[in-house]
Amino acid sequence: MKTIIKYVMLDLLRNRIVLGYTFVLLIISFGVFNMDANTTKGVLSLMNIALIFVPLVSIIFSTIYVYNSSEFIELLVAQPLKRKTLWMSIYTGLAFSLSLAFLAGVGLPVLLYSFSVTGLMLIISGLFQTVIFAGIALLAAVKTRDKSKGIGVAVLLWFLFTLIYDAIVMLVLFQFSDYPMEKPMIALTMFNPVDLSRILMLLKLDISALMGYTGAVFLDFFGSTNGILFSIAALLLWTIAPVWASLKYFQKKDL
Amino acid sequence: MMIIASNVTKTFGKLKALDDVSVTCNKGHAIALIGPNGSGKTTLIKTILGMVVPDSGFITFDKHNILHDWKYRERIGYMPQIGRYPESMSIAQVLEMMRDIRNSPSPLDEELIEQFQLHEIENKKMRTLSGGTRQKVSASLAFLFNPDVLILDEPTAGLDPLAAEILKQKIIAEKEKGKLILITSHILSELDDLVSEIIYMQDGKLQFHKSLEQLQEDTGKVKIAQAIAQVMKKK
Repeated sequence: MKTIIKYVMLDLLRNRIVLGYTFVLLIISFGVFNMDANTTKGVLSLMNIALIFVPLVSIIFSTIYVYNSSEFIELLVAQPLKRKTLWMSIYTGLAFSLSLAFLAGVGLPVLLYSFSVTGLMLIISGLFQTVIFAGIALLAAVKTRDKSKGIGVAVLLWFLFTLIYDAIVMLVLFQFSDYPMEKPMIALTMFNPVDLSRILMLLKLDISALMGYTGAVFLDFFGSTNGILFSIAALLLWTIAPVWASLKYFQKKDL
Repeated sequence: MMIIASNVTKTFGKLKALDDVSVTCNKGHAIALIGPNGSGKTTLIKTILGMVVPDSGFITFDKHNILHDWKYRERIGYMPQIGRYPESMSIAQVLEMMRDIRNSPSPLDEELIEQFQLHEIENKKMRTLSGGTRQKVSASLAFLFNPDVLILDEPTAGLDPLAAEILKQKIIAEKEKGKLILITSHILSELDDLVSEIIYMQDGKLQFHKSLEQLQEDTGKVKIAQAIAQVMKKK
């Protein structure tokens, strides 16, 4: 497995997009921290980067990468290798490179300017978004044979989790406003990794005005510490489930 | 050492690519896989390699079912019809990567790499190579690890006459060593001095599997091309 990861990483290094992504993140982070003396505000701005921009780059780049590796995959499935090893190596290489880019681009400035529990939460959230959306990308790419269709699916999924999902939740909330909605809301939140990360951050930031309805319900239901543990558990599930599903599909795929 | 396919069926949508194919391939034979375009030859090869999973039936390699197995591929050298390689890698990098992945303890067979003079162009990127040069890389890789079984899908397609002859001589040399060689080709005339058995497929079905002598006897023709033409006419 190490050998294959090595070649995936080498390939990712050769293609400069990950490096470019790191620099963009670095510029944004330093820009944000230098604009305002209040570093908490900076962390808040970076939160939006970690919850919207990071998933977008992660899912699109990973989807395209899997399609562009079709030659590599085809070459290697005829070799004495487990398909599982091959697929997990591609995922590990991708997730690791993108995480490294996030750590260098956002993690480093945060540690320099605003080393706190909140800052740490920001880094953890961003890392979760990176690996989760790379996993979702793998699932989208393995399920769709056509490249342009697969990229379309990836963009739609990103749109769904960052925008459409919240709209649907709001709609449900207003429709059923006469009923107690606390528990269903928590259940609904579980199905969106972006929401989970947002709550994880806001529980630590303690800015209740920004927490929104779900955040407030969460705090009320779990309390701060349990809420954090609960959302981390849910995020871990989100990290594993799509990759596992894509692996099952890849093992039976005709190449 | 042998490969046995038992009642292998595979459909792609409505197309039956393989229809209840059963075939036994024994060591020491060079077997020609012949049939019209789309008759299921490549699909059969890909099921043996585990690249395509059959809907029903199974394949054994040396008495072991290949489903969920991967180690048996150490003993196969495969030359695809259209070799696809990571475009940004050079020839040397691809060769190095395969060596690294195979990590084979047995000595490497670099004869084809030398005869095709790939060392002279080893820094060229795969995307700049012509179809024929890609075929040379594919052939060199198939023979590199001294495998017991060679699966060659249209090996000489796109090769210049000189390279095709080099490859042909190499195939004959490996056959003499008692290896199992599966070869598909549309140029039947070049199979004459290569193969000892013939498998003929049509519409995903196995039509027959005979030794070369048997086919010559049945049709009264010496050349494979003429014998097959006779068989196809009868159908």
